[in-house]
Amino acid sequence: MSNRALGAPRSPGPQPVVKSGIASEASSRSQALLKAGNPRIWDGLFHLAMLACALCVLALVGVIIYELTTRSQLSWKAFGWRFFFASEWDPVNEHFGAWPFVYGTIVSSLLALFLAVPLALGVAMFITEMCPRGLQEALAFATELLAAIPSVIYGLWAIFVLVPLLREYIEPWLARYFGWTGLFTGAPYGIGMLAAGMILAIMVVPIISSIAREVMMAVPQQQREAVLALGATRWEMIRIGVLRNARAGILGAVILGLGRALGETMAVTMVIGNRPEIAASLFAPGYTMASVIANEFSEAATDTYLSALVQVGLALFLVTIIVNILAQVLVWSVTRGMPARGHA
Amino acid sequence: MPSSSESGPIRVSFRRRMMNHVVTLAAAMAVLLVLVPLTAIFAYLVYKGVGSLNWAFLTQIPKPVGEPGGGMANAIAGSALILLIASAMGVPIGIGAGIYLAEYARNRMGDLVRFTADVLNGVPSIVVGIVAYGIVVLAQGHFSALAGGFALGMMMIPTITRATEEMLLLVPRAIREAAYGLGISRWRTTLSITLRTATSGVITGVMLAFARVAGETAPLLFTAFGNQYWNWKINQPTAALSLQVFTYAISPFDEWHRQAWAGALILIVLIVIAVSALRMAASRGMLKGSS
Repeated sequence: MSNRALGAPRSPGPQPVVKSGIASEASSRSQALLKAGNPRIWDGLFHLAMLACALCVLALVGVIIYELTTRSQLSWKAFGWRFFFASEWDPVNEHFGAWPFVYGTIVSSLLALFLAVPLALGVAMFITEMCPRGLQEALAFATELLAAIPSVIYGLWAIFVLVPLLREYIEPWLARYFGWTGLFTGAPYGIGMLAAGMILAIMVVPIISSIAREVMMAVPQQQREAVLALGATRWEMIRIGVLRNARAGILGAVILGLGRALGETMAVTMVIGNRPEIAASLFAPGYTMASVIANEFSEAATDTYLSALVQVGLALFLVTIIVNILAQVLVWSVTRGMPARGHA
Repeated sequence: MPSSSESGPIRVSFRRRMMNHVVTLAAAMAVLLVLVPLTAIFAYLVYKGVGSLNWAFLTQIPKPVGEPGGGMANAIAGSALILLIASAMGVPIGIGAGIYLAEYARNRMGDLVRFTADVLNGVPSIVVGIVAYGIVVLAQGHFSALAGGFALGMMMIPTITRATEEMLLLVPRAIREAAYGLGISRWRTTLSITLRTATSGVITGVMLAFARVAGETAPLLFTAFGNQYWNWKINQPTAALSLQVFTYAISPFDEWHRQAWAGALILIVLIVIAVSALRMAASRGMLKGSS
């Protein structure tokens, strides 16, 4: 085993030859390993080098915070907190208010969660508790594949497939039967908040379902057996034995999905319409924080304009970080072997 | 479904049995609904992409608007250049930080680094772009492949760090102790024995990080910026496959739409190859020496 650890054996031949071969190779290797200079100095240097790499990680986050705060100074000074609640975005006269973007980010993300959470939980439940063994692996792989598709390809697909579908069939249908809610009124362009929400939903399903799957699998088998022994059906077993024990982690998975949806840029930019307007109808075009940065950053002509965009970025950074930390803590509470007890 | 057997002492009511079936059906429907976009996306990529893929696409640079033909050769090369820079930055730092976490810092400091890596992992990619713009682009005075590589490298680090740490921790203590027992110094043990034992796992982590950033577009918008011509200099604006797909997709020209699909197909093929290789490495077992 020790020689395998050294990575020595590549081609096993006849027995006796192999034995002596390994022995001599191992001894020559360990000679080579022993040769290196003064071990104290090299050990110290190596430790320092690895520490430097670790400090790089710390430094990167420090640099992100520093860059975002210093480069948004101008905008902070000019607009302060009102920046996030003012709804005028007028680069020509340098009046900047980010409310349309904040609104668009929140609405598109919540819409995405509304569509994605039931699906993702269904998928996670099906894979962990219901489906036959053989299918388990294949389905898990398929959902992982969905997570590996780059955002720009989702956007491409959304522009040429999802949007025409929405425009021709789904939106007219929604307008006819659900127009009275006020959410589905106006001209069905296809492009707009609904399209953004739907493509985001497709993108966050694999994230939520894979974490939820992990959390559900962390629930001890005895929990399931105990509930089944009481005469529960499979659904009752899942509800009482699995979901209840894993609920904190599942909430964490959902929040992790939210974090992804908030920061998602390309696919949303390609289909949301990019108009800083606030409309009740989901058919209307909108704009998100990430997409305004993507569209306008390289065209921002003045310092204040650029600074305002960085301020949007800073807000986006802080919100996603808080959301992600919250999610991590919730997921850990389940996967670290102690089922979270909400109210005992 | 042990409980639904009627012969047992417990009689399960009709309502409960129906509920069980309804939920099972709903979960299966959810799986189907999720598989629909997956297959639709791949089907469209192949259907639209293969038709537009030809030799010119792989060997020529973009033609001006209105002229048919042309390709994305410069974007493919640009992506390779940017990813090379990103890997040169992300892989050593990521692995180094992972080694530090696994071998030296089972303490408060380690917790801090681990937490920071997780924070870095959650930073939206567009924000990474802003930071790379501030650090590299403004310092250089123009957009460049270096800035793009810096942004993507930053995004690779946390994934590689956490993967390396996890894999090194899987290596049994006994192997390290055996090495120390032979009089091999600590750094040599770490590099030639511990890291080597965990090689395939670490490679998996690196490829995961690579696959993740290979298709990234947002951080390149105002770092690498894009370029219609060949460029091999790392301090000049550079085309990237994902950027080109984006630009062509939102353009109003049919010819460009066609090429966007072809570009997307190339991109996804490269990524799927990486992910399946990763999957294979993972199923072969991370550790050669243990178990």
